[in-house]
Amino acid sequence: MPTLLIVPMSLNATAYIELPPRGLTLRWYLDYLADPDWRAATVFSLKIAFSTAVAATATGTLASLAIVRGSLPGRNALKALAMAPMIVPHVVFGVALYLVFSPIGLTGNFTGFLIAHCVLSIPYVVITVSAALERFDPALERAALSCGASRTQAFFSVVLPNIAPAVAVAAVFAFLASFDEATVAFFISDTGGKTISRKMFEDIDFNLTPVIAAVSTLMVAISLLLMGSVELLKGRREE
Amino acid sequence: MDMSAAPTPGRLIGPALRLGAATPAGRYGATLTLVLLMPLIVLFSIGFLYPIARLVIMSFGDAAADLEQYRRIFTTSLYLGVLSRTISTAAIVTLLSLMFGYPVALAMSKARGRLALVIAAAVLVPLWTSVLVRSYAWIVLLQRSGLVNAFLVESGFIAAPLKLLYTDGAVILAMTHVLMPFMILPIANALRSISPDYALAARSLGAGSLATFLRVVLPLSLPGVFAGCVMCFILAIGFYITPALVGGPEAMTMATLIAQQTMVVLDWPFAAALSTVLLLVTLLVVLAFRRALSISKGINSVA
Repeated sequence: MPTLLIVPMSLNATAYIELPPRGLTLRWYLDYLADPDWRAATVFSLKIAFSTAVAATATGTLASLAIVRGSLPGRNALKALAMAPMIVPHVVFGVALYLVFSPIGLTGNFTGFLIAHCVLSIPYVVITVSAALERFDPALERAALSCGASRTQAFFSVVLPNIAPAVAVAAVFAFLASFDEATVAFFISDTGGKTISRKMFEDIDFNLTPVIAAVSTLMVAISLLLMGSVELLKGRREE
Repeated sequence: MDMSAAPTPGRLIGPALRLGAATPAGRYGATLTLVLLMPLIVLFSIGFLYPIARLVIMSFGDAAADLEQYRRIFTTSLYLGVLSRTISTAAIVTLLSLMFGYPVALAMSKARGRLALVIAAAVLVPLWTSVLVRSYAWIVLLQRSGLVNAFLVESGFIAAPLKLLYTDGAVILAMTHVLMPFMILPIANALRSISPDYALAARSLGAGSLATFLRVVLPLSLPGVFAGCVMCFILAIGFYITPALVGGPEAMTMATLIAQQTMVVLDWPFAAALSTVLLLVTLLVVLAFRRALSISKGINSVA
């Protein structure tokens, strides 16, 4: 709950952070919008988060199908591999990526971030989509197959519509996991490209102004909005 | 389409089929499975396994199995101190999360209707709010001119503002706040799966509400407690953002030490060795408690 404090702070009139605020102002939001550095970081973050949502959801959904329905040995090992990015400390992952990315110019770079954030988001996608696939009765798919549908037809007209809400939820999780991600972003950002998290981290450390409160409020608003949409999607899934 | 390959209608309603485990017809062939897995395998090989393998290999230096860096970690009291501080901080954070989280999980599993929604929101919204934002909120609260100091001075408890920020206490407080959802969700999951009939049975046999809780509900929720503790602990030992922002420069953790070695000191082989130690500790904890994690689906309940 202390998080909610940032909302009044971002509207505070004085430059010095204090509570309760002396007067209300939108100045810090305007400062944020006027600052090219913040603007660049925001656009960079949104681009990465959106692409991560698409790529991680596609990769994770295919992998979930293989894990839940596939016939390879070592299902548990596969599942463990898909979950591993949640277990490995992010600081270790960040340092490892910096080590490999830095010589080939992938730091501060869209592709580098896309790879890193896809790896970090895939566990959430696999958890969400696998759970939906396990609830989905395979007899339905078999019925489609026995009625003459091909595997692909059965997937697109029977399986996918049934798990679609879960896939959408997974995409939202992937977007948020990327947009809010801070530790790995700290290591693989550079002056050429940094995410909103990295920019915030620097400013909190060196330049604590109410603009951070304004940015924080916007980030919380985005999370809330997306979480709200997840609740709506979950409601539809349960109908 | 070859109809002879389709299962007979009689088999379709069999219970084994509904479980979908024993029937080859509901499963994808090996080739298709591999194709579906390809994107994940390629991505994880390039973007996950290879970088971490490179880092681990680097920690051994040029010669094969050169343990110089590890000797340095385990013979320097400064670094041993960092390692033990990291582990003890994580243990305290886990314990505090359990103490504060269990009642919330209990309320979450019992609440109905609007109240249930409020509690779920109070747990889930922070989970999906940036760690940076939550750490920043604590900086604002705890700084010298912050709300907590202002309140204490105003109410006459203290004469001058205390140093609250950049202390071990601040790190523990903020980390507990950040990690609590990872404790609450597995416990709430475990509690929800306990049939209320057990508690009713205990009550009808004459147990008081405290005895019912201690001897029936609590033991049955232990798998969730274990899962939550393991999640909290492994996330806490690898935590970077909160200690880096809220903690003092002299109170380093493994994560902030690794960052300092790579970004400031530029001693990569040493940072690689520190990372390997952190990774090993994490994996050991996960392996030791693997059963607890899988029983209550500890990780799964977070998403």
